[in-house]
Amino acid sequence: MRDVTLGQYFPCDSVLHRLDPRLKIVSLITFIVLTFCTFNFCSLGVVAALVIAVVALSNVPLKMYLKSLKVIIIIVVITSILNLFYGQGEPIFEWWIFKVTLAGIYNAIFVCARIICLILFSSALTFTTTPNDLTDALERLMKPLTVFHIKVHEIAMMMTIALRFVPTLLEETDKIMAAQKARGADMESGNLITRVKALIPVLVPLFVSSFRRAYELAVAMECRCYQGGKGRTRMKQLKLHKRDYICMAVSLLVIAGVILCNIFLPQIH
Amino acid sequence: MEFIRIEDLWFRYDESEEAPAKDERYVLENLSMTIGKGEFIAVVGHNGSGKSTVAKHLNAMLIPSMGKVYIDGMDTADESLTFDIRRRVGLVLQNPDNQLVAGIVEEDVAFGPENLGIEPAEIRERVDFALKAVDMYDYRLKAPHKLSGGQKQRVAIAGIIAMKPDCIVLDEPTAMLDPKGRAEVLDTIRKLNRENGITVVMITHYMEEAVMADRVFVIDDGKLLTSGTPDEVFSQVELLKRHRLDVPQATELCYKLRACGVNIDRLPLTEDECCALLKEVLA
Repeated sequence: MRDVTLGQYFPCDSVLHRLDPRLKIVSLITFIVLTFCTFNFCSLGVVAALVIAVVALSNVPLKMYLKSLKVIIIIVVITSILNLFYGQGEPIFEWWIFKVTLAGIYNAIFVCARIICLILFSSALTFTTTPNDLTDALERLMKPLTVFHIKVHEIAMMMTIALRFVPTLLEETDKIMAAQKARGADMESGNLITRVKALIPVLVPLFVSSFRRAYELAVAMECRCYQGGKGRTRMKQLKLHKRDYICMAVSLLVIAGVILCNIFLPQIH
Repeated sequence: MEFIRIEDLWFRYDESEEAPAKDERYVLENLSMTIGKGEFIAVVGHNGSGKSTVAKHLNAMLIPSMGKVYIDGMDTADESLTFDIRRRVGLVLQNPDNQLVAGIVEEDVAFGPENLGIEPAEIRERVDFALKAVDMYDYRLKAPHKLSGGQKQRVAIAGIIAMKPDCIVLDEPTAMLDPKGRAEVLDTIRKLNRENGITVVMITHYMEEAVMADRVFVIDDGKLLTSGTPDEVFSQVELLKRHRLDVPQATELCYKLRACGVNIDRLPLTEDECCALLKEVLA
């Protein structure tokens, strides 16, 4: 339980790992929007090529991506099947009340491809970016929201502390469970309800100690002159490098490609 | 040169609005001490003797109920000076787990300087310097929960050093550590005091640790029992015993031998001294 990794960061070295996390988040959002703006096979092909390129560049084993796809396979299958039967037009296959049309087949293919692309893009982000970098990037990206009195720094600080303490609290849970077992607590037998009830003697001490930890951490932070986000500087400065500009240029090309394909080639439907 | 000055400090928790009852207990009573720049001070006492309360007065985490605490001439009761006091007096707490904020060692060390609003390039320099000073530079990219207790405590000390304080106050920094971790932390503290000239105030209940200090303050039941160099303090074995305080084992051994009639003129503090002394006696 000690070596739990939050999120699904895959530690290795690749171009994607080294990209600026802010750029990665913005790109992810753009690409997801792009995936849903594909209206013919050509533009879908461009996005698919992009996905393949991203997966290949990430240096993360394909097995990891397949694992994240496995989770949503049922959703993909169900939505594709539903779409299959919702097409308008000339049926090419009919049985009882089910009608399969060409448009239905296209719909199914597009929905399926879009969901898969969506998952692969987001996995590529979480595989190549540590939770800490993600938090950091989010804080910087959301900075303009302070205008609307959203406490961006406080939210980011809470996320940082949460990430920092998850392993600590897991370790503590282990310890408390061992301690309760040593006192004769039975946590493995019985039905679900008995087992959930057996967790109460674990959760109560865990909560109490979390509050104590929170208090001590607050004291320690005050000792280190913490006064909230005002007047605070950061050691790590995120700077865009050459590779980030290249990534931006490539993204823009892909966006342009998809738009051009959509405009100049016939749309399906 | 005088750095910390405590004048007739009285303190009690829970200052209620109504007039306090007469038998209201003070945690600290009539405490006075002065600490010079660059000194290594140990404050010893029982659990609940009020020694941690003293520590929290030194960086304005607590404000005296009566009396004054001055840090380099600054009154801790003056709220406008709190920030300045805290940047000059760093406090390291007992539980290393609960004082690390960030998920990466170097970012945690940077937390203090970041709060001070220092330029990024200088923070980087300070962080590297602090991590090297506590000998944790190789671990700078690790997650805190992967470190041992002693290593975590050294990171916590680095986090304070990176703020470039004049004085570090450590509240039982070794209480939760194993012997190896304890030795690591103590070596680090001693090195910082000697090589970087940082004033150190170490709160402890291990008498063996107090021996390394320049001066020792013994607090019992909120009052200053005695103070002086380790030699002066630990030679008063009867007084300390009467207040159920320990003396270093080496001192105790020779004290008992002397009580049995062995001819020992002075009491040793460390094992090495004790060995040399016994050799002399046995020769």
